[in-house]
Amino acid sequence: MLNRFRTIVLLGLFAASTANADLVIDVQGIAQPTPVAIVPFGWEGQSASMPLDVSQVVTDDLRRSGRFDPIGEDKMLQKPTDGADVDFQDWSFVGVEAVVVGTVEQTGDDQYTLQFQLFDVFGRRQLVGYRMPRVTRATMRGAAHRVADMIYEKLTGIKGVFGTRVAYVTAKQQGNGRLYSLIVSDQDGYNEHTVMESRDPIMSPAWSPDSRQLAYVSFEGSRSSIWVQTLRTGNRFRVSADPGINGAPSFSPDGRKLVVTLGGVDGNLDIFVLDINSKRKTRLTTHRAIDTEGSWSPDGDYVYFTSDRSGGPQVYRVAAAGGTPERVTFEGSYNARPRLSPDGNKLAMVHNDRGNYRIAVMDLEHRDLLVLSTGRQDESPSFAPNSDILIYATRQGRNGVLETVSADGLIRQKLVPRVGGDVREPVWSPFPRF
Amino acid sequence: MSYFKLISIAVLSFLLAGCPGNPQVPDPEPTDTTYGGDTGADTSGMDGSDPYGGETFGEDPSAGELATVIYFEFDSSEVRPEDQDIVRRHAMQLVGNPGYRVRLEGHADERGSREYNIGLGERRSQAVRRMLMVQGVSANQISTVSFGEERPVAFGSSESDYAQNRRVQFTYAN
Repeated sequence: MLNRFRTIVLLGLFAASTANADLVIDVQGIAQPTPVAIVPFGWEGQSASMPLDVSQVVTDDLRRSGRFDPIGEDKMLQKPTDGADVDFQDWSFVGVEAVVVGTVEQTGDDQYTLQFQLFDVFGRRQLVGYRMPRVTRATMRGAAHRVADMIYEKLTGIKGVFGTRVAYVTAKQQGNGRLYSLIVSDQDGYNEHTVMESRDPIMSPAWSPDSRQLAYVSFEGSRSSIWVQTLRTGNRFRVSADPGINGAPSFSPDGRKLVVTLGGVDGNLDIFVLDINSKRKTRLTTHRAIDTEGSWSPDGDYVYFTSDRSGGPQVYRVAAAGGTPERVTFEGSYNARPRLSPDGNKLAMVHNDRGNYRIAVMDLEHRDLLVLSTGRQDESPSFAPNSDILIYATRQGRNGVLETVSADGLIRQKLVPRVGGDVREPVWSPFPRF
Repeated sequence: MSYFKLISIAVLSFLLAGCPGNPQVPDPEPTDTTYGGDTGADTSGMDGSDPYGGETFGEDPSAGELATVIYFEFDSSEVRPEDQDIVRRHAMQLVGNPGYRVRLEGHADERGSREYNIGLGERRSQAVRRMLMVQGVSANQISTVSFGEERPVAFGSSESDYAQNRRVQFTYAN
């Protein structure tokens, strides 16, 4: 467990009772996170304690979301593990709006039943009761994230993303050169896996819609090529290695195609649709300007991309079936790397804000632009699958680190992977499919 | 998980690529009298040429050593006037040695979006490529690659760091 993120407080105070949590959140600007109680889960099993402190994982998840303030164990007047023992009067005296109780019970050598209940203190009723009878030691952390996701969704109306993952690239000095690594971890930084390593740059990771594969650009052999790699097996295959630039892959919503950037011998970057099975390429743009960073709309109808056909880079979109591109962004001199929110309502981009490169989100209906980040060199915005949070890269000294921000800009958090090095290009996975 | 296999593939391809970090410039043929200096003293071919073999010197401190990196202004892919001579000398070298192959590596500074910076680096390497071809270099002697902001030589965030990173590097393989 050495590879989890260190979380750094940006502003404000960090809440109490984080002594054994490595993750501390920064809550910036939000009026008042909702006080809740996650009572330590009961344990029945062969050993003295459960393999994983499930309630601590749930507590950390909810605190890091910035929307909840889980109270410390020392403030709890009772510590029930079964819903029948919950005394609503006690909890309303403590001032929490919701209470979570649960148990982990060992039912086999490596089999556990994890169950929990969520209660509304003021309404004095159960909101959720859920049991997972086939949890193993290896899946217990994921099951705990599922608990947090269910609580989060019930209390906020927004799907939780605690069970999702992020992919990112790190670069570290090694000998005369640098070592580039493509890494996948849980969204809280645990379970970090290096899926690809190279002494040549690795760029532009992109998740498949089923979150089983990553597409990326590799410069192995000092030329660019695009690969698709299956995470479970580590097998990968090359989908494009044309002369010149092969870059900026992004999966179509059906997972069968990639939108890519090809430059050719003459170096005119254009957007192409690449059929993954047949490897056939269809050109979408023909302009002699730089056209790159294509990304599908969630309905699959449009490809949004960066083009400097008007001078500086701006966001355009073109029908995925082909057509005349139309300009989307007009505010400011630099808008690049468009990414649509999975609900299709918002467009994230890198925006030059008075000389600083920052992450901005445009509401596609009202067309207003909201600058979300505060750095000088922020890049690579990527939406969480619930469309409510974004992850991006920012600079800290000479290294890149990761930050997340809520789409309303109110909650920001910095994540510094323990592995160190220059961290860049985070991409948030889709929801896992079961 | 066969990611160790991937590492070995990556390492192998790195070795096969022949240390791309170290540009190996072929010896610029110091016996070539038209090379470096451009004084006309050795190429005039007139009767009664200078009996003392006089020639100018000291004009170009880097004469005899062909630079392998040229630099660009912010947001520009135009070869600066002072660097055009460097490109011209590379062109002469390539025209004179049809077996030579050069890889033009375009680079950008760190500002802005990464894939867009790949485009800016490529624009720079293509500007140099066109200049070489205009001077008679065959297209099949030239390849281009853009590393965008991925391979900086200066790691800071000052204007002078940025200026060192906006460059095209000539890498020979023959």
